[in-house]
Amino acid sequence: MLKKIGSSIKRFLSSLFKSKKHVRLGLYGPPNSGKTTLANRICKDWLGEEMGVASRIPHETREIQFKETVTIKSNGKELSFKLIDTPGIATKIDYEDFLRFNLSQKEAKERAKEATKGVIEAIKWLDNMDAVVVVLDSTRNPYSQVNITIIGNLAARDIPVLIAANKVDLRKANIKKVESAFPQYKVMGISAERGDNIEQFYKTLFKVVR
Amino acid sequence: MLTLQYIPLNELETLNSENKVRKLLSLVKEDKILLIEGRLTPAEEAHLIESTMEQITKSFRGIEICTVYPQKKREVQFFDKLRKEVLNILGYRQGITIIGPASIIKDIKRDPTKIELLTKNNKMRRNVTKK
Repeated sequence: MLKKIGSSIKRFLSSLFKSKKHVRLGLYGPPNSGKTTLANRICKDWLGEEMGVASRIPHETREIQFKETVTIKSNGKELSFKLIDTPGIATKIDYEDFLRFNLSQKEAKERAKEATKGVIEAIKWLDNMDAVVVVLDSTRNPYSQVNITIIGNLAARDIPVLIAANKVDLRKANIKKVESAFPQYKVMGISAERGDNIEQFYKTLFKVVR
Repeated sequence: MLTLQYIPLNELETLNSENKVRKLLSLVKEDKILLIEGRLTPAEEAHLIESTMEQITKSFRGIEICTVYPQKKREVQFFDKLRKEVLNILGYRQGITIIGPASIIKDIKRDPTKIELLTKNNKMRRNVTKK
């Protein structure tokens, strides 16, 4: 309770003294939901360069990555933010899962070790965010506890949230299910890889990042 | 053999978050599946994940966790709502939480008021329904 009040006061004070260009926008979600693909899409669209490496192997992003200033434009308005791509949050990491992707035992163990640190780092960074895009794979069941924990923690900190239901280009995508899982949040169906609905995503970002 | 351990609310509510997480993880590391009355706060869930990650080894590969709790399907009266909020602040008493070792539980599916727990050897398949 005290932590929540403290967080609200901190947020209020920082909103008084901080200009919009210092807004920190985080990308959160479970592994393989497309956070880095979305970060790359945003960076390519507005900076002309990619941010990180996306891969089909889970936990490709194992450290916080960021672009200091990204400025997006829509309807004559500008929005600048620091874009922060975070490692996927998971409750389990089994190095044997990585062996299926042709990694050696040594590589798999090292990846697992780094991934556990990445999850811890991502959770610690929750306190540093001003707004968050929660990136979910719309082909998967949205009622996972990781999704609920991420969104619950953002709500407890009063951090504005936009849910990006990613991979809408895939046949199994189900945006309605994501919407019904989180009815209190704006859900944008996108394909970060193909750029589907990305203009609408940017417009919605203006409403979320205030 | 699979052990299911029920943990009533009064067994956890006297503990602070740190001790609560420590206790739950130590039981899970004994290969027990925990059925907990009530749910953890979001901060405790995040802390549970952090602690789990810190303790991952070759033999302990993490946890599966799932919570079901009543969804608010209709607008409630102001005082009813206030009462529920007070209860929530006091300890997230509603619902049930299942936590187990990832080495035993393959997956927990929540959809959204039913929990389906799938174990690794596929010999056991349990459904826990919360109304």
